[in-house]
Amino acid sequence: MYRWLLCFRYLRTRYIALASIISVTLGVATLIVVNSVMAGFSAEMHDRLHGLASDILIECHISGGMPDPERHLEEIESVCGDQIAGSSVSVHVPSMLGIEFNGQQIARHVNLVGLDPETYNTVSQFGQFLLHPENQSSVSFDLREQGFAPDREGFPASGWEYRRAKAGYEKALELERERIEVLKAKANAELAKKRGEEPPANAPAVAASDGPTISPFFSPEMLEGTNGEGPKEFDAAVDQYPGIILGISTCSTKLRDEDNVVRDHYYCRPGDDVRMMFPNASDNTKVINQKFTVVDLYESGMSEYDSTFAFVRLDKLQDFRGMIDPQTGIRSVTTIQLKLIEGANLNEVRDMLRRRFPPDVYAYNIQTWKDMQGPLLAAVRLETTILNILLFLIIAVAGFGILATFFMIVVEKTRDIGTLKALGASGRGVMSIFLSYGLLLGFVGSGAGLIGGLLFVSNINEIAGVIEKITGQEVFDPTVYYFTKIPTIIHPFTLCWVMAGAVAIAAMASVLPALRAARMHPVKALRFE
Amino acid sequence: MKNEFVLQACGIHKSYHKDRIEVPVLRGVDVNITAGKVNALVGRSGSGKSTLMHILATLDTPDTGEVIFQGQRIDNASRARRDAYRNRDIGIIFQFYHLLPELSAIENVLAPMMIGQSLWNYFRNRREARLRAEAMLDRVGLLHRATHRPTEMSGGEMQRAAIARALMTDPKLLLADEPTGNLDTDTGETILSLLDQLSREENLTIVMITHDDAIAKSADVCYRMQDGLLETKKPSRNVA
Repeated sequence: MYRWLLCFRYLRTRYIALASIISVTLGVATLIVVNSVMAGFSAEMHDRLHGLASDILIECHISGGMPDPERHLEEIESVCGDQIAGSSVSVHVPSMLGIEFNGQQIARHVNLVGLDPETYNTVSQFGQFLLHPENQSSVSFDLREQGFAPDREGFPASGWEYRRAKAGYEKALELERERIEVLKAKANAELAKKRGEEPPANAPAVAASDGPTISPFFSPEMLEGTNGEGPKEFDAAVDQYPGIILGISTCSTKLRDEDNVVRDHYYCRPGDDVRMMFPNASDNTKVINQKFTVVDLYESGMSEYDSTFAFVRLDKLQDFRGMIDPQTGIRSVTTIQLKLIEGANLNEVRDMLRRRFPPDVYAYNIQTWKDMQGPLLAAVRLETTILNILLFLIIAVAGFGILATFFMIVVEKTRDIGTLKALGASGRGVMSIFLSYGLLLGFVGSGAGLIGGLLFVSNINEIAGVIEKITGQEVFDPTVYYFTKIPTIIHPFTLCWVMAGAVAIAAMASVLPALRAARMHPVKALRFE
Repeated sequence: MKNEFVLQACGIHKSYHKDRIEVPVLRGVDVNITAGKVNALVGRSGSGKSTLMHILATLDTPDTGEVIFQGQRIDNASRARRDAYRNRDIGIIFQFYHLLPELSAIENVLAPMMIGQSLWNYFRNRREARLRAEAMLDRVGLLHRATHRPTEMSGGEMQRAAIARALMTDPKLLLADEPTGNLDTDTGETILSLLDQLSREENLTIVMITHDDAIAKSADVCYRMQDGLLETKKPSRNVA
């Protein structure tokens, strides 16, 4: 009884001990904040990575791909059909993206994906990352009239409206140019007549380039279904090339303006035409050069995906690359994506599939999404672990502070210890006073840390804003992280072990001083001056 | 005979060591404390009277010799027995009061009760304990100071609180180490008369250590300590 009474009294009267516990408070608060932010970050990352990648990916390294995906799917079904919730096939091909920007060419390397919009959404999240609200619910590779990214400030006008305006402008520009050329030619001819010379040989050539051809390239596939009538004149105001969805970072950059606000600059937008160059599927590889019309942009928030992917329709890409057997009409794909049922063991399914398609027979690479993102996930885990160790070391340092303070308090309380012993308190009783004092301080310190940490976490974005204002340094750079807010998740389990660890350290630090108090000789203690 | 002596010490030797030199403090002290009397132990500073009291209170152990309380040897008893002995069987008063500064007067008086009983027992009996503590404070005339901290009290008041604390567990024997040593004469006298009164009214045995012959003279029995020996036995003053 007296132990608790004394410990509470000591707690209330010894502020030096409270000062020594502040380091525990700070340590606990920091641990909670760090763990919450790291958990939020990795959960967000997990979500995104998993959302983008399907559970299991079977890639074929052969340029021509794997023929007859239906047979493959049947085979997969027979191996592990009970685990599979959905599947989709696609064609992945490395390609070069050419964007015309202010009359100059921008070339970028992208991974061109031919996908089947219906099934692709069942294996991974795709539609929800598109900018047009209607595309989010059902993907269309036909250009939409307008209404892209309605909630995005400063997104340039896009869609058919923009395309028509642009085509009209270019047509007018072309006409004007021609008019000037004709006038120039006329003037030159008159000048030559005056001098008595023959007209220059190149003058008719100018007149010959009369037809307004925006694109001089027509792939043979575009002639299909025209009944051999030959190419109709392509009018950008009403016609579009096959649709393509570009990763947002392939055609835009994030820059800061003078006011330090992050803005997106777009090199092209829905409604513009871009050029893709990619190898065909034959063994004697040639480059296919094809124009596409951008119908939407794709923003997942993962820069790796946003800056390397472009999506077109699977059947179009198969046509362009010649992935259809001319005799049988069987199509080929390069990738099969599988979505597993809830709670399925990813690695087990992967291993089953690897046994069915052994790598020494098939040039297939079978991976789970965790395998693909393994290094990144492992890096985040490692970071979290190291931070936890470091912060616990900080609390341990605080433990030594408590140790020193407790020794001082024991010395200060020497006479009281003698008195207690003279009144019949046992050594263990005296020891338990200081042990429970340490425990209580640990609770108070880590409790304050818990509250502080939780408050910090719940207001972390506001705090980041304040720090930004004070230091002028951006804490959370959206050009780097793609999150506008700092994600946090508080795991009750983490809170528990952080608290338990801090209390244990405080209690452990009080063991030595408590032992010293217990072993004190009562007469010496009573005579202590 | 045993009943007459509540506490006995036989052949107590005790020496301290300082840099390998043995300094004898007690050299074979025999003392028999008569029940229900005020026993005074007089001696000059350094005569070993405080050491003797510490040995009698089992705060220290003798090198040789025995301390017998109510016919039982106490100096070599188990630690728990000695703790219980200090807690219940005797009460100790110090020259410097030794109140716990964090506790109020009444909490200081309650301290022996809290120490001696388990948390559960104390909670069950806390009302009676509190009443008894108040009665004790009232007995020493300090009830109006019950909630005051020791730092807010005078020396005399602190000593009276210490007496109340010593009486809390209803001990057979009160050991007082220079109870007036730190007080002025008048206050000292009120303390002494309080002790005297307690002895007579409650039939309490008191062992009082003092260097003041005048105080010693007023005791029932007086022992004189000199050079580690109980030298003379002065006949007791007539009991009124």
